[in-house]
Parts: sequence; C-alpha cells; structure tokens
Amino acid sequence: MSTLPQPTSVAVPVASHATIDMAGLKEKVTLRNLDFFYGEARALKSINLSLYANKATAFIGPSGCGKSTLLRILNRMYDLYPGQRATGEVLFDGDNLLAPGVDINLLRARIGMVFQKPTPFPMTIYENIAFGIRLYDKLPRSEVDGRVEHALRRAALWEEVKDKLATSGLGLSGGQQQRLCIARTVAVKPEVILFDEPCSALDPISTSKIEELIDELKQDYTIVIVTHNMQQAARVSDFTTFMYLGEMIEFGQTATVFTTPKDKRTQAYITGRFG
Amino acid sequence: MANASTNALYAGRKRRNTIATTLAWAAAAFGLGWLILILGVLVYKGIDGLSLSVFTENTPPPGSAGGLLNAIMGSIVMTFLAVIIGTPIGILAGTYLAEYGRHDKLASIVRFINDILLSAPSVVVGLFIYEIAVAPMGHFSGYAGSLALAVIVIPVVVRTTEDMLRLVPDTLREAAASIGLPRAHMIIRIAYRAARAGIVTGILLAVARISGETAPLLFTALNNQFFSLDMNAPMPSLPVVIFQFALSPYEEWQKLAWTGALLITVTVLALSILARSLTARKS
Repeated sequence: MSTLPQPTSVAVPVASHATIDMAGLKEKVTLRNLDFFYGEARALKSINLSLYANKATAFIGPSGCGKSTLLRILNRMYDLYPGQRATGEVLFDGDNLLAPGVDINLLRARIGMVFQKPTPFPMTIYENIAFGIRLYDKLPRSEVDGRVEHALRRAALWEEVKDKLATSGLGLSGGQQQRLCIARTVAVKPEVILFDEPCSALDPISTSKIEELIDELKQDYTIVIVTHNMQQAARVSDFTTFMYLGEMIEFGQTATVFTTPKDKRTQAYITGRFG
Repeated sequence: MANASTNALYAGRKRRNTIATTLAWAAAAFGLGWLILILGVLVYKGIDGLSLSVFTENTPPPGSAGGLLNAIMGSIVMTFLAVIIGTPIGILAGTYLAEYGRHDKLASIVRFINDILLSAPSVVVGLFIYEIAVAPMGHFSGYAGSLALAVIVIPVVVRTTEDMLRLVPDTLREAAASIGLPRAHMIIRIAYRAARAGIVTGILLAVARISGETAPLLFTALNNQFFSLDMNAPMPSLPVVIFQFALSPYEEWQKLAWTGALLITVTVLALSILARSLTARKS
C-alpha cells in the first residue's frame, strides 16, 4: 500500500479520454450515504457516488484513505471478516446489495474482482478458468472448452498459454498470472469488475498490457479500479474519485479532475505534493 | 583497520565469536553423537537377525527360531485403523480452527486442549482407553489398540492441518469468494488443495509417531503369540513384542527384539523422509 514518492515538479498526468457526454449514461451502481466501520473505527464517511455502466471509474487517494475499503464493499468482500460492517445503501441495478437476504455468492458472481497480487488457484491453467464456469453452468466439455478459450482470449492470454493449458497456473509469470485471474473473473460472466491495484506487483510491460485490457473490457463491463498510480488513473479511467481520510473529496470526469480539480487537496495530490 | 582501539575491539569480538562457534559445534556433536551411537548399535545388533523368516514366521516360543510376522501384521492393521479413525476427525477439527473458528473463543480453548493432548504421556491414553473400552468389553482387543492409537493421531493431525491451512494466504480465499464460491467449497476445493502436501505430511508424521508407541498398546491390544487378524481379540504389535522380548532371558527373543526395533526405526525414517520430500517439493 506504499506510494512512490513523487517529485513535486512533475507534470499533471494527462487524461487519455475526452470529456464524456453525461446524457445517456446508465448508473450501474449507486452509493448513498455509505458508512463503513472496522469495529468501532469509522473508515468511510457518508459516501455518495455513482458508477456508470461501461465506463471505468478510478478511486485514487493516499494510503489509508479508504479506497480499497470502498471497493471491497461493492462485492461485500468485507463479509468474510467479523467486526466489519457497512451502513447506507449500495444500489446495484436498483437493488440494495447491503440488504439482508442478498445471496452473496450470486452477487459476487455478478461483481467480479481482481486483486493486487495475482491469485491463481493451485490447479492447471485450464482448471483455473473452467472452475468458475462450472460453478454456475452444467455444460458439456466442448462448451466449457469454448468458454475457457473465450475467457483467455478476452484476457489477451490465449496465444501465450494455448499449448500448455494442462500445466499449473502457478508456473506463469506474474503478469500472465494476473491476466489469468482476469480471465477467471471474466469467465463467470460478471457485469462489474473491480480491480484492486491490479498492476502494483507487475513490471511496466505487464502493466501496459493490463491497462489495454481494462480499456477493452469496458465495452462489456463496468470497471472500477483502485490505483496508486496517477498516470494509470489518467490513462484508463473515464471518471475519477479522489478520497482522503475516509471521505470522498471529489468526483468527476477524469479529464476534468486532472485538469481543473475543484478541491485544493485533489490538486495537491495529483500534482504529487502529498500522498 | 583504523586504529589500535578498534583493533582491540575487533580482536575481542573475534575471540568471542570463536568461543560461541566452538560451543555450538560441541553441543551439536554431543547431541548427534548419541543419536549415531543408538542408530549404530541398533543396526549392528538388528541386522544380525534380519532374514526372510522374520517376515514369514510368527513369534516363536522360548528356545526356538521364529519371526515377527504376526507382530508386523498386527502393527500394520492397528495403525491403519487408527489412521482411518483419527485422520478425518483431525482434519475436520483442524479445519474448524483454521477456517471457521478463527475469531471464536472456543477455538482458542480447543487449540489449548489439543496442545495438551499432543504432549500427553501416551501411557495416560492407554489407561483412558482401558477404562472406556477394555474394561466394559471385558477383554483386550485390536479395536481398543486402534482406538488408543487414534487418540494419539488426532492432535498431531489437528495441529498440522491448522498450521498448513493457515499458510494458505487469505488472498486466495478472497479470490475464491470473489467468483462466488461458497465457503465450504472454497475450503474443500481451494484451501485443501493448496495445503495438501502439508496435510499429508502431518498424517505421515502421525503414522511415524504411533508406529513406535508401546504404552497405549500394553493396556489395550496387549499381545498375541499367534497370527490373528481378529480385531476383537488381543493383537500383537511390534513395540509390545519388542518390549516383551527385550526383557526376556532368551537369546533368540532378544535378537528378534533388536530386529523389530530396527524395522520400526527404518519405517519411521522412511516416513519422515517421505514427509520431508513432500513438503520440500511444495516450497
């Protein structure tokens, strides 16, 4: 979770995406008055935020600002740990996913997640993907094969692994493992994909591959990405949320947030003056 | 080298280093020396009586030749049954401790009691099983022996299962949860798979541990001069036969006891090497 020291004179990262016409955008996930507690400690304070369908939204902010916490609420990952709770509303296609009675496993199949460190399962490359497919669909082998290939192609990994599908997923390089995890997530056919600092453990070439991939995945999925890398946020996202000490300081189109931030703290952070 | 005072400091440090290193070597040599001595005598005395008849003939009456077939079979059968009983219980309890009970008060109590059981003298286990199985049944039996050994297997397996599951990173659990895998499936299909080598190692170590246990069998399976696979009757085992034969005045019996001890040692050694190679391959 450490941030690289940024020289103060660095140029403000330039957003790759032009300003977006807000009309016609569909709200996929809407957060209303969201608070989050680790035991007694309030980690998030009244977050109100919209995540738009088929767009990439970046969460940026210094370490400990709550951006990963916020991400982990969206698929209720925090439920794995006792003492953590969220209050408020997270509307996913209009339904509050924090409500009691929500089937968490079905929810997580619809909202996938890619983690900071690659987390391939201890099984073959093929099984890593087929595993998730078979969880929800009883398919004949040939169809599973097809979906495995599709998922690996979607993650731009097919060409590299098509001849060694029966070997362990743990034998791949870090960047390949991360793309394997993306393929695994895609194979379950989610609607939203959450990325939690997906490139922080990767080299620059692998990073650029993943970034290209995220750009492509937007066509089919709603993307949320937590990143410590401002350039990355500027490159891959359409919307940017700046968070600080558990509060949402600023939300807007990436092009706007990076060129004319409304808040001084946002400006200070994206120009590398703190964080 | 800067000046005289640093040189004096350096010389003192070097001297202390030599002393500490020498002491460490001496302590290691002292400890290993006894081990080598024990193994040496064991091999020297045991290999003498090692022949095919050891594996084909039953324990002899005093004064005649024979083998250890019934004792070897009894040990294998009872160990096998003990592992069959103890392993599932141990794995499930270890799973509770590592996966479900992580934040429970009960888990720390279970862990504490398990640690006591792990280091409990095995003679106590033997007496316990005598009271709850042998006394009510009215006779010694292979079942009672297996039960006593199972009680020794359980804490070993509980401990290694918990330790190995704890080595599985939480990120892997989260990754499994993130594709919508229910918890029980995650444990069975991801965590067990990731910890498999370690858990198997634990079972092997448990087998190694019980294959030399004498005290719990003395009170439960007792012994049998004849070949018997009837679990409901007294059953011979290598450790008990060694115990009986080694204390006897008969030379043939003493010789067989040495051979039996060598067999157990070689078996335990083989199991340990297998266990080590399993864990080594994992890391």
